[in-house]
Amino acid sequence: MYWRIEIKDKEGVFNSAAESLKSEIRELGCSEIEDVRIRAVYFLIGTLSRDEACRIAGDLLSDKVIQEFDLLAENDAPKGYEKYKSLQILYKPGVMDPVEDSTLKGIKDLGIVSVESVRTAKRYLLKGIEKKEALLLIAEKLLYNKLIQIVLPEDEHHLYDFAHLPDYKFQLKIVDLLDKSDKELMRLSREGQLYLNVHEMRTIQSYFKKLKRNPTDCELETIAQTWSEHCVHKTFRGLIDYKEKGVRRLPGARFVKKLGSKKIHNLLKSTIAKVTTELKKPYCVSVFKDNSGIIKFDDEYNVCFKVETHNHPSALEPYGGANTGIGGVIRDPMGTGMGAKPILNTDVFCFGPLDFAPQSLPPGALSPRRVMKGVTSGVRDYGNRMGIPTANGAVLFDERFIGNPLVYCGTVGILPKKESFKKVRPQDAIVVVGGRTGRDGIHGATFSSGELTHESENISSGAVQIGNAITEKKVLDCLLKARDAGLYGAITDCGAGGLSSAIGEMGETTGARVDLKRVPLKYHGLSYPEIWISEAQERMVLAVPKNKVKKLLEMFAKEDVEATVLGEFTRSKKLELDYDGHRVCTLDMKFLHEGVPQITRSAVWTALPHKTKNFRVSKDCTGSLLKLLSHPNIASKEWVIRQYDHEVQGATVVKPLVGVANDGPSDACVVKPRFDSLKGLAVSNGINFKYGDLDPYWMAASCIDEALRQIICVGGSLAQAAILDNFCWGNPDKPDRLGSLVRASYGCYDAAKAFSVPFISGKDSLNNEFSVHNKSISIPGTLLISAMAVMDDVHRSITMDLKKSGNLLYLVGATFQELGGSHYYDILKIKGGIVPQVDFKKARSLMQKLSKATAKGLIRSAHDCSEGGLGVTVAEMAFSGGLGVNIFLNDVCYKGKEKRDDVILFSESNTRFVVEVERLNQKAFEKALKGCSLSLMGCVTDSDEFKVYGLCGNICLQAKLEQLKEAWQKPLKSV
Amino acid sequence: MLFGPSTLFTKKINMAKPKVLILKAAGINCDKETAFAFESAGAATEFVHINQLVSLEKKLSEYQILALSGGFTYGDDIAAGKILANELKCKLFDSLKKFVDDGKLIIGICNGFQILVKAGILPGCASFEQEVTLSGNDSGFFQDRWVYLKSSVRAQASPEGTTRHQPPAKCVWTQGVRDVIYLPIAHGEGKFIPKNEEVLERLKNSGQIVFQYCDKEGVVSGYPSNPNGSIDNIAGICDSTGRVFGLMPHPERHLISLQHPRWTREGLKKHGDGFVIFLNAVNYFRK
Repeated sequence: MYWRIEIKDKEGVFNSAAESLKSEIRELGCSEIEDVRIRAVYFLIGTLSRDEACRIAGDLLSDKVIQEFDLLAENDAPKGYEKYKSLQILYKPGVMDPVEDSTLKGIKDLGIVSVESVRTAKRYLLKGIEKKEALLLIAEKLLYNKLIQIVLPEDEHHLYDFAHLPDYKFQLKIVDLLDKSDKELMRLSREGQLYLNVHEMRTIQSYFKKLKRNPTDCELETIAQTWSEHCVHKTFRGLIDYKEKGVRRLPGARFVKKLGSKKIHNLLKSTIAKVTTELKKPYCVSVFKDNSGIIKFDDEYNVCFKVETHNHPSALEPYGGANTGIGGVIRDPMGTGMGAKPILNTDVFCFGPLDFAPQSLPPGALSPRRVMKGVTSGVRDYGNRMGIPTANGAVLFDERFIGNPLVYCGTVGILPKKESFKKVRPQDAIVVVGGRTGRDGIHGATFSSGELTHESENISSGAVQIGNAITEKKVLDCLLKARDAGLYGAITDCGAGGLSSAIGEMGETTGARVDLKRVPLKYHGLSYPEIWISEAQERMVLAVPKNKVKKLLEMFAKEDVEATVLGEFTRSKKLELDYDGHRVCTLDMKFLHEGVPQITRSAVWTALPHKTKNFRVSKDCTGSLLKLLSHPNIASKEWVIRQYDHEVQGATVVKPLVGVANDGPSDACVVKPRFDSLKGLAVSNGINFKYGDLDPYWMAASCIDEALRQIICVGGSLAQAAILDNFCWGNPDKPDRLGSLVRASYGCYDAAKAFSVPFISGKDSLNNEFSVHNKSISIPGTLLISAMAVMDDVHRSITMDLKKSGNLLYLVGATFQELGGSHYYDILKIKGGIVPQVDFKKARSLMQKLSKATAKGLIRSAHDCSEGGLGVTVAEMAFSGGLGVNIFLNDVCYKGKEKRDDVILFSESNTRFVVEVERLNQKAFEKALKGCSLSLMGCVTDSDEFKVYGLCGNICLQAKLEQLKEAWQKPLKSV
Repeated sequence: MLFGPSTLFTKKINMAKPKVLILKAAGINCDKETAFAFESAGAATEFVHINQLVSLEKKLSEYQILALSGGFTYGDDIAAGKILANELKCKLFDSLKKFVDDGKLIIGICNGFQILVKAGILPGCASFEQEVTLSGNDSGFFQDRWVYLKSSVRAQASPEGTTRHQPPAKCVWTQGVRDVIYLPIAHGEGKFIPKNEEVLERLKNSGQIVFQYCDKEGVVSGYPSNPNGSIDNIAGICDSTGRVFGLMPHPERHLISLQHPRWTREGLKKHGDGFVIFLNAVNYFRK
């Protein structure tokens, strides 16, 4: 039996959630809505008395100052309210509801032991809406996600009975594989959601033919997980037959890059990893090996960085997808070396345009606004609860992200130098710590390796999860203690593929034996393959020497973290799994990890025909600037940034928002991770998929240039810098998608080499396509470059806001007529053009000189010239500093053919900085930048205006700071 | 000054350092920087897990200061701070009461403030019934932003238009704090609401209102100066002894001047505005 408790606000208490829901319902078109009330509902299941239920409700579940409660027995109907219709939303069985756990704990603390379980729900009371269809529309669009929740209409108030899941009875399943034809093999792959291609299925078939037996379902699943694109990156490591067509120097372009047609063995080793190998930077500690890349921080500590994506889950369930996305990437540093302490999160999102007409959405796609809200709050709720500052990121928009948004999450960690490596030894116990295993996230790894369709939401609901940050926080607290006490020899996280990937990888060179029956479960009824491949969150796997097991288990138990011995690492070089005394899997580690067949994929890059039309000279540069500032890619992201705790840990010395009113867009963040040291770490990102539409090679070069420019802009340097790559691309089986991926990879190689900055880690997420009725829409190939750089003294940090009137304004770096992919072209709706390129011979030295000048204290502020060009850059500096500016375009070093004010103002040429210098430092600064393209173009004024004198000497742009700031802040003020 | 305030007091180590218990529990996440703040001010700190107190492995009575730092205890499920408040009340009530009665100090920052309020320890009445609450921000969102705080309530216009003088705040943690200080907040549930007018009046009249949100000039005003819609802009209160103190803003996040959001334009000062709060607590035991 159960009691139902409804918590309600006392009359007159303001409920912001209810108020904002009311306005969302209006926006949905239901203007008749008059009032909204939200009730938290708790079902207390057990043998408790009315008095006990009453005490729980009064002392624990309600806040006496502002709330009251209704207590109802199982058969009482909840109180109806005149003129209000009610909707009740519950979680489906098997979906994590973190509130259950902590509520049960609270009840036990009260001394009440008769409650067996708790379920929570939300009840919405709506006044003014009468029609059932309207109510259900509101529920579907605003209140719940049918993948994880159900909605109960008014008359149904009973607790859905989820308690009686069927028991699991062991039955070994053998998959008949040996005699299957190719066609049958592929059907098997499809129906089992294995996402393996025919070559791979054949390889598996012949492996088992040699063994003269059929595989178990568990063996097949294990291979599918291990060989998934997500885990093994077959595209990057495979063979590629690359062809290039039509690449030539475009009129007006500075450079041309021909790769020529070639056969590529392992794209990763030929480009990204090759830079690192060739550069041989002494500060690289562990690269491309562990869960994140490690570089040296100081003599005692190293830092590591990893960025992941969680695109497909976020498309289906934005909150849960992003929530577990950040939760997952935080576990990467935690599982790096012997475990690092996370010190910073980054987040970069790409969404569909927020103003996209709802009726034009493809079936199965959620509205971009809902995706953005869900993703933002998912990252917020996990990152903030973990106590990790989220202090760097970006948000971009394009129609091609409607069905397939991109959610990049990154985490930086710090770890003692001596804890940077791990070793699994035979006979070490395999210990899983943290969350329990449930049916959540089954087939996540293979699911992410396929395309999304409008039916994905129906067949892949198991891939959707909700995280529980507090479980992960508890694990983190215990892990660091256990690490410092030397209680384990190796660690890794349970990510995609769950235990199968974690234990499979750890035991690769030794062998491992696991008893799946020992895995702690959230609820009964899981089959052995489900236990093995579940991607339930918040779990880590440790290799623990036998003599330390007891101490380790005690240490975790003391802080209420579950730790369980599952088996041991062996010398057998086999993966052996048992369930209840039955052998359910025996696979050779060598086959599992090296058996994936290399197939040759073809790749084609066809250069776009050059078709830039001449366009009319804009007379209204002021209007264009205002439009650019309001472009969603450029507009202020303060709404997102403030929802993230970017200062927890007390180390953020350059914040994401800077300037006189704390609202200017910082180029990068700087953290000071040690209390007792002034060493810092600058972290930034570069992303621009619009350039990739024209040439992915130059997109890659531009992204690296941008990420490094931002490091320089906060006072960092290239001396101890490292970068990460994250490729989000379409289906690599399609030659054009793969062709552009190849070109981008070579861009990465050339640029990183030229800047002498190594890659230390990376990740690719392919198959980002959304198909509706067999027509596939690919996302634009999108490369995110994340950069971090060690700073010797954080006192040398600078910010982008103008500091003092009278100071000089320089443009460092030359401007070319490079408007291809620019935001100026975007607002003019012009396609084509010359994409911004990078002068590899000059760029590094320019950045080095600039960072030396900063170190000498010669620079008061610096801002990266990127989206929107010089005009947007100076405008942002001006309104962030609350100071006026006069600049003269005649003084700008411009090397384009057409002499036009708008081109100079809005071209997005790379390797450019706007720099503010005090007059007394003029000589020293100019000397420091000797040999670079340097334009003294204007000065800071104490007026409230941004004024630009054009090539003819007239004022071509004039605007009040207030007006500029308003244009920049308005579009995303609230989402 | 190389490393911030930490080096300032290294010469004084011969003086007895008060011992600070920094409480650990699932979801507390500002413990390290809070410990650093106390150590910078000259205290000795120790991290103690709530389970260690419940099991009597550690005793509260062996410490002089109890610090409940920020975070999301138990995920802030049910309501912010509620589950740990319930746990403290159910399991450690007697030792907490004795701790206060013995003249020792307690600070609750952000989530710690929410816990103290929901456990009835703040503002503190004889029955330890909850008299005020901290509920969801009016904005509906978690927000990280810097706020100005006016220390102590001095003069306020009464509805009749006459000016009534109220006693200055008696909080031992904030003695000598400047009139207006600058600290960051980072919370989703910080809206201060008293149970009724009488409670509010009592807090005012007995000098228990320690900080009010205000603008740069110290004028009590609306959003965003008041970031969450708190009644009477209340940001921090103390109990009737002045020794138990809770506030939503984070003093440990403005310990050193480098944490100020505008230090690159306004320059560095010797200390951040939050430092004196920790120093006061340490000095309290040095008298």
